[in-house]
Amino acid sequence: MGKMIGESIKRVEDHRFITGTGEYTDDIVLPRMTHAYILRSHLAHAKIKSVDTTAAKSADGVVAVFTGEDVAHINGIPTGWQVNFTDGEVMREPKHPLLVKDKALHVGDGVAIVIAESKEQARDAADLIEVDYEELSVVVDASKALEAGAPMVHDELPDNRAFDWQLGDKVAADTGMAKAHHVTKMRIRNQRMIANAIEPRSYIGDYSKARDKYTLYTSSQNPHVIRLLMCAFVLGIPEHKTRVVSKDVGGGFGSKIFHYAEEALVTWASQQIARPVKWTAERSEAFVTDAHGRDHNTIAEMGFDKDGNITALRVHTDANLGAYLSTFAPAIPTYLYGTLLQGQYVTPAIHVTVNGVFTHTTPVDAYRGAGRPEATYLLERLIDTAAAEMGMDPAELRMKNFIPAFDGVEQPGYQTQVALQYDSGDYEATMRKALDVLGYNDLRKEQEEARKQGRYIGIGFSSYIEACGIAPSAVVGSLGARAGLYESANVRVQPTGKVSVHTGSHSHGQGHDTTFAQVAADHLGIALEDIEIIHGDTEQVPFGMGTYGSRSLAVGGSAIVKALDKVKEKGAKVAAHLLEASEQDLEYIDGKWTVKGTDKSIGFGEVALASYVPHNFPEGLEPGIEFNSFYDPANFTYPFGTYIAVVEVDAETGTTEIKRFVAVDDVGNVVNPMIVDGQVHGGLAQGIGQALLEGAVYDESGQLTTGTYLDYAMPRADDLPSFEVDRNVTPCPHNPLGVKGCGEAGAIGSTPAIVNAVVDALRPLGIKDLEMPLTPQKVWAAIHNANA
Amino acid sequence: MVPVAFEYHRAGSVAEALSLMAQHGEDAKILAGGHSMVPAMKLRLSTPTTVIDLGGVSDLKHITDKGDHIAIGAMATHWMVESSDVISAKAPALRDAAASIGDVQVRNRGTIGGAMAHSDPAADYPGPILALDASMVIQGPSGQRVVSATDYFVALWETAVQPDELLVEIRVPTTPMNANSCYEKFAQPASRYPYVGCAVAVDKSGGTCSDVRVGFSGVGHVGFRDSNVEGALKGQALSAASIKAAADTATNGVDVLSDWSVSEDYRRAMSRVYARRALTKVGL
Repeated sequence: MGKMIGESIKRVEDHRFITGTGEYTDDIVLPRMTHAYILRSHLAHAKIKSVDTTAAKSADGVVAVFTGEDVAHINGIPTGWQVNFTDGEVMREPKHPLLVKDKALHVGDGVAIVIAESKEQARDAADLIEVDYEELSVVVDASKALEAGAPMVHDELPDNRAFDWQLGDKVAADTGMAKAHHVTKMRIRNQRMIANAIEPRSYIGDYSKARDKYTLYTSSQNPHVIRLLMCAFVLGIPEHKTRVVSKDVGGGFGSKIFHYAEEALVTWASQQIARPVKWTAERSEAFVTDAHGRDHNTIAEMGFDKDGNITALRVHTDANLGAYLSTFAPAIPTYLYGTLLQGQYVTPAIHVTVNGVFTHTTPVDAYRGAGRPEATYLLERLIDTAAAEMGMDPAELRMKNFIPAFDGVEQPGYQTQVALQYDSGDYEATMRKALDVLGYNDLRKEQEEARKQGRYIGIGFSSYIEACGIAPSAVVGSLGARAGLYESANVRVQPTGKVSVHTGSHSHGQGHDTTFAQVAADHLGIALEDIEIIHGDTEQVPFGMGTYGSRSLAVGGSAIVKALDKVKEKGAKVAAHLLEASEQDLEYIDGKWTVKGTDKSIGFGEVALASYVPHNFPEGLEPGIEFNSFYDPANFTYPFGTYIAVVEVDAETGTTEIKRFVAVDDVGNVVNPMIVDGQVHGGLAQGIGQALLEGAVYDESGQLTTGTYLDYAMPRADDLPSFEVDRNVTPCPHNPLGVKGCGEAGAIGSTPAIVNAVVDALRPLGIKDLEMPLTPQKVWAAIHNANA
Repeated sequence: MVPVAFEYHRAGSVAEALSLMAQHGEDAKILAGGHSMVPAMKLRLSTPTTVIDLGGVSDLKHITDKGDHIAIGAMATHWMVESSDVISAKAPALRDAAASIGDVQVRNRGTIGGAMAHSDPAADYPGPILALDASMVIQGPSGQRVVSATDYFVALWETAVQPDELLVEIRVPTTPMNANSCYEKFAQPASRYPYVGCAVAVDKSGGTCSDVRVGFSGVGHVGFRDSNVEGALKGQALSAASIKAAADTATNGVDVLSDWSVSEDYRRAMSRVYARRALTKVGL
């Protein structure tokens, strides 16, 4: 063991991705396949008075047209997490229909599906459908939706709330705030984001009448979850007669976790017409139908004693959930947000309240980081602002308040004020390393010099912590999850000694084909080439929960290790028999069982062959060598780090240039450093995108103003500096690999670092806060107003 | 992203294109590089019944030094303009503009003639075309005519090209003043169209501005020459102060575009900053 883990092995999956030979859903062509186009509401809130499909039904090539009326008897899309009101009232879950019948509740709500012989015919026929809409009043902002007299999203819910929620100790937080020497209070908006995976969502429903069986090909992060939700909760079709396949998926960032109406719609329609039905989102359609992320309006205050020690934190958030509850929507602004408000600090009292609010917008759910970026952003903006207000150095103020180092083995885990127990951490160490890499003291001097020359250089910090590897099923169950959150693995040793590893995790860019193979290769002492990682097919893989929340290696990887242990355990029995030795006398090194102290040994391949050709086999032992494991972790994992951004603002134009970006992460043990670096780089780009460029903008009528790439600004390579990435390692004490997860860290930590840096640059002008994204115009206006 | 069905014709020559246009009338659209038109068709914002493709018209793809001017065929791609040695040496403002359009793939397909005929108010070329005092060769059923840059841009989406005519060539004079030109662009971060694009050409013999042309892209409903700036600088000794004073008059009296992402005030202010930067670059 130890030859592969820790090596930057080049990604084995990249060849197919960069040569155009990946197998994405839209690449699949089935015999007799039809093509669907979905007619969507162009209005954010409208009564549907009539839908006339007569002309469309008789158009060239049209096979079928279905409307909201036709699917009204089918259940709506379910929610996978229940968050009840603080007074005990159960969460309000209005029906999320496959197609709307009476009212459209956001731009992009599906009104009818047209199925034709070709995509072009389906599209053309949709233009022939006549929908008579009566436009109704609209609310797009969560806080405005709570005001008396606001337009109602669902007729039966006068205050537009799905739930309210609280966590922490209100009395303690009030007391801590009352005795504070200094209080920093901020109104913080975390803007709405659109995931923009490079592959738009794509589905094929394929019903086989001969076998009475359904297959759904879907660009999903978690095919088993989709199968369960669709079969048991929406369509009421038998789970064992339904296969869900997600082979290659071109990015998800959270947006492909959720069960979408179109998945159920193509599956149902395929059964109706007894032919396969394919639907692939257009990019403009993806903008208004893929679940969005973030969208919090928050008021937060942090109290400090006269020495700068935090005394209390109070937070209230109105979280915009969109028009319907998406699959995990209720969990994001609650259990994945409020629970992270401890950050890296010893804050003795915390209280958070949240309203989950319906609006006439696209549903909001998990987006890279999911709750944790929102928590980190407000904490890191608060402490930075507080440092400036109290005349303290922002790095020192953070270090003064850091939780002391603990390894989770010799020292216990750290119990937070907000329900979690951190596994292990050394927060000061990542900060110190980041300061060293940056050369902090020299840089402050440079900043001073630059200011004298009228240049605006800023240094911004962000010390983040997140919860990954979600999590013990019993814990999440007690918090309202309607699912378990373990992971599955199956290791099938083939007679020739080659190994097929089936994982319930799902790779949509993460590089599991490589990382998981490295883990298996090391544990079995065999070559990387002799291992195949298989995911994304419910008929091949044991029931798995899929990939999100940076959980694949910590949970899915651990499941693989557990199954590999079982393989080795049985292999040892076979080897002992063949070597005529006792199991206790064997050691397994480099793919061979050796009788200790002798040169008698037998290789993994020979044991594999003997297991399938069991002519000479231990008595009572079953032939074959294949094991499953379901790994349910003991806790979340808690990666952390400190990021420092250095920016220069062009005061004439308001443009921000990132001069340097130092990221020091601690994600526990690292299997493939290159892949971890890649994850960090991608995350940083995404988080910086939120800080400077991205943001979904709705106008007052509920139209998505930023509905194309002409207006929605994605970060590009030339917007970004060359990142300076470094790491510390504090192993996770509770999983066999000691890993914590790295998929979201960059996106969580980078956003506040950038905003803090820009505000730091402009502080001499009296600028204290800016709302994201920090577009040149916004920054220029702030400078302009400050000068005026 | 499926356009409405249309009839497709590929013209082999300008004459054939003009005859196809005559045959199909106003329902026909001319396809050059297609980088504005095809997305508009896929979004069904544009629904021509006939498309006449100029891709096969090989004699529109030239960039030739004709001595007193550079002749640029309408089907020359942005990449050809960007990488042309003669344009780089004698009309750098045009090279700067071409190089700032989209990405390499877009520049390999998109054409200068297509962009000029489309006349998107947000496009890059109008500023440099005006600042370089280029002229456009337009061919119709009755032959060719030449239109000056100032007469070419008529209004939003409208140029001097008539429905039965084609833009066939752009002629850029090879004067010393044009050799001393540049295009400075402040790109919108999403589309990378200009918030402001300012092209200038300066004749600065003896440290004095004996002549100057300033053309703006992306600022008004149509590309325009800024007579305020030109008037303020012409005849002045060139200095940081004279340039700033002139640049600060930019867009006076001009209607400036605004939208959800950029206010009129901001665009006006940026026009002045970019005019100053462009004038400083080639004026000092």
